[in-house]
Amino acid sequence: MTANHLLRELAPISDAGWRLLDEEARQRLSVALGARKLVDFSGPHGWEYSATNLGRTEQLPLNGGLVVAQRRVLPLVEVRAEFAVSRRELEAYDRGATYTDLDDMDAAALRIASAENVAVLHGWEEAGIRGVTQASPHEPVPRVEAFVDYPKRVAKAVTVLLQAGIGEPFGLALGPGHYNAVMESAERGGYLLSEHLQRILHGPIVWAPGVRGAIVMSLRGGDFLFESGQDLSIGYSRHDADSVHLYLEQSFSFQVATPEAAIHLRGSGEQ
Amino acid sequence: MGFEQYHEPAGELSAETRTFARMCANLTEEAEAIGWYEQRISLERDPAARAIMLDSLAEEYKHFSMELEFLFRAKPLWREIAKGILFQDGDIVANGEASESAAGGAGGSGPGEGPPAGPGISPGTSLGIGSLKEQKQ
Repeated sequence: MTANHLLRELAPISDAGWRLLDEEARQRLSVALGARKLVDFSGPHGWEYSATNLGRTEQLPLNGGLVVAQRRVLPLVEVRAEFAVSRRELEAYDRGATYTDLDDMDAAALRIASAENVAVLHGWEEAGIRGVTQASPHEPVPRVEAFVDYPKRVAKAVTVLLQAGIGEPFGLALGPGHYNAVMESAERGGYLLSEHLQRILHGPIVWAPGVRGAIVMSLRGGDFLFESGQDLSIGYSRHDADSVHLYLEQSFSFQVATPEAAIHLRGSGEQ
Repeated sequence: MGFEQYHEPAGELSAETRTFARMCANLTEEAEAIGWYEQRISLERDPAARAIMLDSLAEEYKHFSMELEFLFRAKPLWREIAKGILFQDGDIVANGEASESAAGGAGGSGPGEGPPAGPGISPGTSLGIGSLKEQKQ
């Protein structure tokens, strides 16, 4: 008997090994899921949950004097990132080894977190997901050459949102390049750039791998909704003499309720 | 002084389990106090007395919430199921069933249920990440 479709009970992994894998994955994902730190979260509603209610209908042709409308829904997308773990490494952990090589799982965690960040913040056309920057009606804030001018860009973005009637606090999602530059930079006078930005935003700066440029978005709630079917889980695929083949998996949808509650700051190479 | 919070011989329980039992007992007492204040306030006519009791009631809300969070942190499966129920719109029972199913704890007899001992999540459950928004605010 198996508890569910993840088939974890069939994997040649001890309880302690599963705890190691779950904890490592949880730590890696919690760091990289930048978009999830800025949007509302609903669920998890379960693996069987297939679609988000949009509350809208589509009229169908009149039929025999009847008025006919069909409900519109947003189907959840299933995302899976496969990886392998060495059986020798798991056996070593069970014997008490202090270091276990889980690099392939760490890479899979980054892939699936980046996919979520991109879907939420930039959209995923094939999955029917309209992302935050796609939906925003505001003209993106153009890039500038000098990074010390970053506060001016963020202040301009915040001003645009306030003028649109969007209230504080705001969060700032940064792609890895921008994040490194912001965290390492000091302005004239020695102030940390990150502290200056947080004063402007009244909210967090988050690392969001996959993001192009940066995005300032409202954190007041009710503007952006991530709906989770099955939240991120590790499942079992197969094993051989050397490796156990596993995967990270989740199902989700995303909707923007208030398009004007976010604004894009272009990165290098973007038009 | 009684030790009614222990259902099993206290000497056979680990320190971790005894702490967990104490916090469960605390949670019960806070819930009782909330119910008692609610009744007293509904009958009290003196404005000053009502104000004091309302202030006290808010304290009980805080204590209850802190203890509940402690217990959630101790039990990841409980936390995960609660995430799908607390602060959610819609039908509470439906949310509860969906959350239990999503957490892999349906029926209480799956691998995700039972006496959890270690710090991780038992096999059969998700990683329990859920919302990360509140951690940054």
